[in-house]
Amino acid sequence: MIGIVGRASRFSAALGCVFAGVLAGSAVLWAGPASAADSITLQGAGATFPAPLYQRWFSDYNKLHPEVQVNYQALGSGAGIKQFMGGLVDFGASDAAMTDEDIAQVKTGVVLLPMTAGSVVLAYNLPGLSGDLKLSREAYTGMFLGTIKSWKDPKIAASNPGLQLPDTPITVVTRSDGSGTTFVFTNHLSAISEAWKSGPGAGTTINWPAGVSGKGNAGVTALIKQTPGSIGYVEYGYAKQTNMPMVTLENKSGKYIKADLASGQAALAGVEMPPNLRAWVPDPPGADAYPIVTYTWLLCSKQYSKPEVSKTLKAVIDYGLTEGQKVSNELGYIPLPAEVVTKVTAAAAQIQP
Amino acid sequence: MGDVPLGSTLAAPSDEPISQPPSAYDIAVDRLFRNLAFGLAWGAVLVVVLVVGEIGQKALPAIHEYGTQFLTQTVWDPNRKSFGILPQIWGTLYTSILGLTVGTVFGVAIAIFLSEGFLASAVDAVLRATGQADRPFFSQLPVRVEGVLQTTVELLAAIPSVVYGLWGIFVVIPLVRPWADWFHTHLGWLPWFSTALSGPGILPASLVLAIMVLPTISAISRDALVAVPPRLREAALGLGATRWEAIIAVIVPAAATGIWGSVILGFGRALGETVALAMLAGNANVISWSVFSPCSTLAALLANNFPEAGPIEVGALMYAALILLAITLLVNMVGAAILRRADAGLKGLQ
Repeated sequence: MIGIVGRASRFSAALGCVFAGVLAGSAVLWAGPASAADSITLQGAGATFPAPLYQRWFSDYNKLHPEVQVNYQALGSGAGIKQFMGGLVDFGASDAAMTDEDIAQVKTGVVLLPMTAGSVVLAYNLPGLSGDLKLSREAYTGMFLGTIKSWKDPKIAASNPGLQLPDTPITVVTRSDGSGTTFVFTNHLSAISEAWKSGPGAGTTINWPAGVSGKGNAGVTALIKQTPGSIGYVEYGYAKQTNMPMVTLENKSGKYIKADLASGQAALAGVEMPPNLRAWVPDPPGADAYPIVTYTWLLCSKQYSKPEVSKTLKAVIDYGLTEGQKVSNELGYIPLPAEVVTKVTAAAAQIQP
Repeated sequence: MGDVPLGSTLAAPSDEPISQPPSAYDIAVDRLFRNLAFGLAWGAVLVVVLVVGEIGQKALPAIHEYGTQFLTQTVWDPNRKSFGILPQIWGTLYTSILGLTVGTVFGVAIAIFLSEGFLASAVDAVLRATGQADRPFFSQLPVRVEGVLQTTVELLAAIPSVVYGLWGIFVVIPLVRPWADWFHTHLGWLPWFSTALSGPGILPASLVLAIMVLPTISAISRDALVAVPPRLREAALGLGATRWEAIIAVIVPAAATGIWGSVILGFGRALGETVALAMLAGNANVISWSVFSPCSTLAALLANNFPEAGPIEVGALMYAALILLAITLLVNMVGAAILRRADAGLKGLQ
């Protein structure tokens, strides 16, 4: 077996080269921020849902203020809450806000700041289908419950007169990893369907009654694109970027609404922001409101030990609430209503010192 | 020692003896090295013990809470605090064994092809046909071509598993879909084809796994085949065996130990493979014989659920990790036992 040893050593030599390369590469990466004299780096972690927008904000902010570097790791809402509670990051981010129990555990106090909002859409893959697919609440709940199995089902046909629906089985595509997007979507399903509420329920990880699951928005998107007859939920910005057809959904008032900026804003307009800034919109009431919309939150401490951290964090938040709102539509997010911005700005002042 | 070594001078005999007792420094270095090697070797064992201990400790609450039910329940629902991993165990074993079977067939075939000079003689034949065989420039070509093929197969091991996952979604699934549809329509009464392929599932996951274990199996099997003593082959040929008879009846059985070893290593790789399977298996809590059905594996379950898991779910995940460790250990032990038996049976040949 001398051959194996020879190969192994050659292999490990190659591995060594790769390692050295990676080390050198990361050294170059790290050299940048460390070299500036009075630079400051904020660490954040959390939701993947708003991650593209946050990363855009932080990179834009860095261009304006090169001394400020904000590292945001899109690990997921649950991880964001955990790391924030553990004091591993300066701020967290979550689509599911934080529960009162969790807040009570943070000694420095917590400020929850809704920074943006977004829609969750149902994307589908039906080759040869021309025209908009409309789904009633009963239809899409049934699909995810696994009770509606074919695209020929009369409940689908009822809301789509004139559309030639194929006789293919429905493949439901869901998220396999715990996700804020799942939380938002299942909260909505629980709000509109008693069967869902008492069955799978709402949460970041669900025991799905039907279909296959992909990892991350990218995994779900890839599966939908590769599977004729599939339907799955992704965030609006993602579906828009990847040019996937989106279902027009029936809202609370019985109207069929497309996901876009206007319908998203209409959904948010119908909700009064409570003083604790935790507003849930599982089923927005407005006539033109898109039904699956959520705010997403930044989790900050009330008291920071380093004044420069809190000062910078406040400046970055202020940037996100003003300039940042202008780019949100471009990336598929819904800008915050003006009165919400006022409330959030006021709440951000609680961050001390 | 009457011989005088060549090149040494007869003149200038030295009083110094040729051999010297090791100096105190030599002994110290020797001892230091021995202790260091000893310490590091035990350090590696210690790391394993620490990892298992840590996982076991974190899994303890879940083990108390769920007991052996954990292994037989089929629901993973963090909202209802109900955890069971039977579908994951099923999916892990099903995809690994299916993938390994395909991978072994192709891996051993590649190993035979490369070790028995099929490629080299083909290249040689081409050179002869074109009249270039006598040119010194081409003399090394047959061997080099074999080397290139071998390296290419080994390069498969260097591809990141996320790339395999994407490739599986965008290439393998569309490729197998027409075949899967045909088998399901015409042979749907067989349990293996009883469901339609919706996209990700056991078959695409296993095929990608087969490619991932291919380099391990082919490289080690090839080394084993090359190491078979030439006189065995010569004896077989001398007794009138054809080339294929010699390969199938003599050389491959003689190399069986090494080939088995490669299969066991490949099995270990397949059991622990995470990202590609999380992308290709479909992650559905399903137990089905159908190769077109989606499934879930232990490693994919861990990768999918850890980031968002609450404290109770983390315990359950640790329990699942412990089970995965146990399965891997079991496979390695069974493999080692088989290797020992195969070894004992072949002793007379060597």
